[in-house]
Amino acid sequence: MADAAVTASAPELQAPALLPPRSLLRQLGGDRTALAGLVILVLMYTAALAAPMIAPQDPNEQDVGNRYAPVSFEHPLGTDNLGRDELSRLLYGARVSLFTALGVGVAILAIGIVVGSIAGFAGGFVDGLLMRIVDVLLAFPSLLLALAITGMLGPGLLHLMVGMVAVWWTDYARMMRGLVLSMRERPFVESARAVGLPGRLVASRHVLPNIVGPVIVLGTVQTGRLLLALSALSFLGLGVQPPTSEWGAMLSEGQQYLASAPQLMVYPGIAITLAALGFNLLGDGLRDVLDPTMEH
Amino acid sequence: MGQASLLEVRDLTVAFESRYGLIQAVNGMSFTLKPGERIGIVGESGSGKSVTAHAITGLQPSNARVSGEARLDGVDLLRASKREMRRVRGERIGMVFQNPLHCLNPAMKIGAQIEEAVLAHTGANKNEARQRALELLDQVGIPSPSRSAQEHPHHFSGGMRQRVMIAIALACSPQIVIADEPTTALDVTIQAQIIDLLAETCEKYGAAVILITHDLGILAGFAERIVVMYAGRVAEQGDVDSIYYRPAHPYTLGLLQSVTRIDEARRDRLVPIAGNPPSPVLLPSGCVFHPRCPYAQTVCSEKVPALERVGGTDHLAACHFADEIGALRAVNTAS
Repeated sequence: MADAAVTASAPELQAPALLPPRSLLRQLGGDRTALAGLVILVLMYTAALAAPMIAPQDPNEQDVGNRYAPVSFEHPLGTDNLGRDELSRLLYGARVSLFTALGVGVAILAIGIVVGSIAGFAGGFVDGLLMRIVDVLLAFPSLLLALAITGMLGPGLLHLMVGMVAVWWTDYARMMRGLVLSMRERPFVESARAVGLPGRLVASRHVLPNIVGPVIVLGTVQTGRLLLALSALSFLGLGVQPPTSEWGAMLSEGQQYLASAPQLMVYPGIAITLAALGFNLLGDGLRDVLDPTMEH
Repeated sequence: MGQASLLEVRDLTVAFESRYGLIQAVNGMSFTLKPGERIGIVGESGSGKSVTAHAITGLQPSNARVSGEARLDGVDLLRASKREMRRVRGERIGMVFQNPLHCLNPAMKIGAQIEEAVLAHTGANKNEARQRALELLDQVGIPSPSRSAQEHPHHFSGGMRQRVMIAIALACSPQIVIADEPTTALDVTIQAQIIDLLAETCEKYGAAVILITHDLGILAGFAERIVVMYAGRVAEQGDVDSIYYRPAHPYTLGLLQSVTRIDEARRDRLVPIAGNPPSPVLLPSGCVFHPRCPYAQTVCSEKVPALERVGGTDHLAACHFADEIGALRAVNTAS
């Protein structure tokens, strides 16, 4: 810091203060919002991965004599309507919920980037065709459409994922196309062409690297939304089938006992909210860090 | 004279297709450039000077319709394939653009961007390209090249970035450097430095320069010849002395009168040119300058004046009264 103060007061024609290159992770660490989101997500994903090791017992083991047990040393969050350990079910449920959301998120990111880039770079007829498909998909309420597709395929986690991917890739495709189009008009892309670079190098070195930031931000926030949508669809009984635990499904089961045992809905509710919050916070933080208009 | 020309532009016409019909941006532009020569193209916004540069280098937008010819060493650039044009750009014609703040890729290190330009046309390996990049950075006056090469553009000021752009333009030792308003976005104090640098480095590389600007003042110490453009046409062209001391087109005269000068008796006010440049969709009849011209006669709105020789050997003007205007200015200077 002392160095920065010295160079700042130096004559203006001198070379600007040269900061050491900072890694993305270090910049994220300096942003409280992003750090909070990152910590929440890392803890939750670690807990999900470590579920077999840290869960107090088998999530599907019933103990009908010990239903709705209160918080105890043996059952840190009590038991549910069938006497299953609530914490164990939450931890195993995290594996399904968090990784399904992530998987769907990565899949639609990949599809969206490919389709959007093709539309943006190719232009003309190809662009028109792809974007009309996107328009049609966007004209339906997305949750309903995902519901319809999954319903047609039959309930099940894999079918649910297919339904979600089929509906939600459109946002990325449209955004990628817009970014490619606006980036192609930037002066530095024209400079790259003026140097005589072949088109593929202009695209891969000058257009795409400047798009990564906004795409990562959208991807992060979008994964949080996917988690919510997944929970909603599971809540409606389209996702995992009993007795497998999943947060949305747990909400759905707990709903019947809302009056007598509200904690059965509160726990998965908190888990879903916290995870979605984690994605949103991280996304916001990444936006600040990656925004190319913000010069550090 | 007598020397073979390097670039010969003949009747270059560029029109843009738009929903309002064809927009004539450049209309019958002609000029020649000799090896190592420095010429300036002057005109106000929309006069077609940048469009000319883009058309010559094949960087015009897809809705542009280009005709005429632009021969570089005999090869017509306007009819060359995309592949050939890609080789011409960078290797034979280097370009420096108006906005140095946005002309460098923010996601790429300075050094890498120069290396890329070197690698685009030479068979250099990675290591040689790096050496060449450092050498170029040094030649354009960037302090501590090896450290600067590792920086991203946002650590550089506008003037520094324009120096980097000049380095990129010179990377493959081109025969021509086209600088399109290279100093417009810079502080006045930096402008002179950049123009000097451009002159000095291009001379070292033996490159001819086309400097496009709206500022006649910048060209005074830089260009050997000047082309004055108005509404997509050449109004006047000639060597620097003819243009500054014996302007034969009322538009050139108007430009000169609206610039402050220290080599003349002090005038109380600058004389602006009345009116605005015409819309390219609806060009005036006859001489395109006649609605703004203080000397306009009936003939001016009826007949398009040809670009004809006035006085000096290479001095051309497109005005029905070129000789009278030339005499007028001579009287003014004398008084």
